[in-house]
Amino acid sequence: MSTASIIETCTALYEDLNFESVRAWKAQNETRKVIGFMPVYVPREIIHAGGMLPMGVLGGGDQLEVIHGDAYYQSYICRIPRSTIELGLTNRLDFLDGMLFPSICDVIRNLSGMWKLMFPDQYVRYFDVPQNYQDDIGGTYYINELKELRQGLEQVCGNEITDQAIRESIALYNENRNAVREVYRLRAEQPWKVPSSEVYLLMRAGMLLPVEDHNKMLADYLAAAKEEDRPLRDNCRIVVNGSFCEQPPLNLIKSIEMAGCYIVDDDYMLVNRWMLNDVSTEGDPLQNLASSFLHDSADTAAKYCTSDDQVGQFLLDSVRETGAEGVIFAAPSFCDPALLERPMLVDRMAEHNVPHISFKYAENSGQMQPIREQAGTFADSIKLWSET
Amino acid sequence: MNATAAQTEVIKESSMLKQKSMIAANYDALTSTADTGRKVASTFVPGNLNELIMCFDMLNNLPEINAINNGMRKKSGAMIMDAEKRGHSEDVCTYVKADIGLMSKGNMAPNGKPLPPPDLLLLSYTGCFTFMKWFELLRHEYGCETVMLQVPYEGDGKVTKNMRDFVVKQLKQEVIPALERVSGVKFDIDRLREYLKQSAEAEDNLVWVLESAKNVRSPIDAYFGGVYYIGPIFTAFRGTKDAVEYYEILRGEIEQRLQKGQGPITPEGDMAEEKYRLVVEGPPNWTSFRDFWKMFYDDGAVVVASTYTKVGGVYDLGFRHDPDHPIESLADYCLGCYTNRNLPQRVDLLEKYVNEYQADGLLINSIKSCNSFSAGQLLIMREIEKRTGKPGAFIETDLVDPRYFSAANVKNRLESYFQMIDQRRKSKSAA
Ligand code: SF4
Ligand code: SF4
Repeated sequence: MSTASIIETCTALYEDLNFESVRAWKAQNETRKVIGFMPVYVPREIIHAGGMLPMGVLGGGDQLEVIHGDAYYQSYICRIPRSTIELGLTNRLDFLDGMLFPSICDVIRNLSGMWKLMFPDQYVRYFDVPQNYQDDIGGTYYINELKELRQGLEQVCGNEITDQAIRESIALYNENRNAVREVYRLRAEQPWKVPSSEVYLLMRAGMLLPVEDHNKMLADYLAAAKEEDRPLRDNCRIVVNGSFCEQPPLNLIKSIEMAGCYIVDDDYMLVNRWMLNDVSTEGDPLQNLASSFLHDSADTAAKYCTSDDQVGQFLLDSVRETGAEGVIFAAPSFCDPALLERPMLVDRMAEHNVPHISFKYAENSGQMQPIREQAGTFADSIKLWSET
Repeated sequence: MNATAAQTEVIKESSMLKQKSMIAANYDALTSTADTGRKVASTFVPGNLNELIMCFDMLNNLPEINAINNGMRKKSGAMIMDAEKRGHSEDVCTYVKADIGLMSKGNMAPNGKPLPPPDLLLLSYTGCFTFMKWFELLRHEYGCETVMLQVPYEGDGKVTKNMRDFVVKQLKQEVIPALERVSGVKFDIDRLREYLKQSAEAEDNLVWVLESAKNVRSPIDAYFGGVYYIGPIFTAFRGTKDAVEYYEILRGEIEQRLQKGQGPITPEGDMAEEKYRLVVEGPPNWTSFRDFWKMFYDDGAVVVASTYTKVGGVYDLGFRHDPDHPIESLADYCLGCYTNRNLPQRVDLLEKYVNEYQADGLLINSIKSCNSFSAGQLLIMREIEKRTGKPGAFIETDLVDPRYFSAANVKNRLESYFQMIDQRRKSKSAA
């Protein structure tokens, strides 16, 4: 299978605002259930272990006309909650049996309560995570939260979600994360072979497909991409940071690359890469998920950093590991986590002489010219800088 | 000055003077730590652990209150712009930027002396995501010890045992040891019990004062006046004798007003007629606080209940600090603050206020800075209109950024709201 045909499938999934693939999955058997989740992380393994499909809800992108959603939000609030409400009110999410709202910011937190009022028939849960990373404090709290989540999901699917089933799901998601990491690794090594728009679409597909299908898709893509011969361009290598919730339009990702920047790492779809290594499949699965969360997960602005010298370290490590020459801070307008954290990250990059630029976007940004110009100038300056 | 006005002044001044001197003494204590050697903890109003901080002889500095002070003294605008010039986004909470701007301008307290850098950042992460990053930013500047107390959100509209245990454990294993370490004072739980007893006494009187607004012809304004009434309990005085005395005096004053059938005191004296009774959701604007208030009392509008006066504790729903369960009660306190309650709970509370306080409707002052309060308020308004049949109105301002207070817009919006209430009344009486 060629990369083109895989990406064609991904594009169709990405563009389909009625989520027909998920509807079709559900229609195959009347006991099937679908649980939606928002960024940035939920333990999909537990949903999967209940025989249900976890589905990422990432807003409406730039193709959805938001009519009702704007009536729920003031102009100074980001776009993703309003387009998510639009999806809900226009019955595009009417097949969902439940919705999880992770602890990421106060907008998504409050949206969880709005959802309870607006869609009272769904299972709705605000999914809290520990900001205390001690096993006996934050860990115990989190394991109990996971137990509550498991009980809630059992009510939805009508089955017991056994430890064994969760262990098996963890194994499948480990496979998925390994394949995802492999795609990222390949892109960092040979970015001309793996355009970022393709990586993005592949990762988005993982928000809708059953993990088994996504695993296969990633394996096929990796095999095909390695074989393909694509021209190497004189681009600089950059990391994109701050786009972990409301998603940039695909055109923005393409524009960055067209402006002369290879994206060698990003935080677009962190749920796919949240656990940095395999979660153990031995012993108590909830404890294993908790332990990985506490000690072996990605960093993002929605997390508390226990010491100042750790702030920005994850980003700095990514810059070093991928051999990036700069960072583009690209955050949604009005995004509290990303924009509050940015000055600290900027300082950290400056301390280590990592060039960086910042801009804001919205999921429905149409004008790419300014971003292309900014990214282009940045790419030129990096090249100049590295030549001197 | 006629006799009534003179009397009003005296009544007003007794509690206000008391509060003023308490605040001044606290700022004096904060700005003289170089001489006294006392240690300072910075923390937030929701989830404020004042009694615990006092157990370690430490002083409590609340950056939100400093931002409010600078907002009211019209100094915050320049501070915010300064922080924005230094790379802080125009989109984020202006309390944070006012605080960071204040720091770069020498951290001056209202007494004209510099505030000391905190010895401990007590990050009470209750009801607002911004708190977490705010103190990370301060830690980045000060490089001081920081201890985090994560207070889980009431996502399902209740406090579970797991949530409570988590907070208690953090208090015992993280927060208290950090306070001991920084202060050098050993924790004494009996000292905490004593303070909590005093907190509960003051809280009883605060609730009485706030609920006095259930009287038709309310003796208080529970928003503009309310922000003064909550001052001591929400800040560095909960648990002190001073706070107990303050609330006794205040209650006495309000009792007298009730007996005399008087309305609220405004900056221009007694309010004349009570024409409209409103419930208000959201914090006030501080940079034009007086002008904002005037738009209400000039038109005879009294705020009879507000949610902002519950950010530091929803005492009117029955919670009291409990000396018999000291640490657990601190946990319950943090868990129950208004912005830590989910949206359906907030709607329920507002509905109760509109009904129990016989309000004419709900006014939302939506704050640009504050996603914690603001995200979802338009739905809140619709729900309240639906459930109570009373009209709602929506205005938009900011806390301490003067660029987002448009007096003309706010006034127009308020006037049409009052007209709407009049029309509803007319059509009701005609029916
Ligand atoms: S874009 Fe930012 S502010 Fe908006 S919902 Fe996502 S994390 Fe929250
Ligand atoms: S976002 Fe709201 S609750 Fe949080 S610090 Fe700012 S004003 Fe306070």
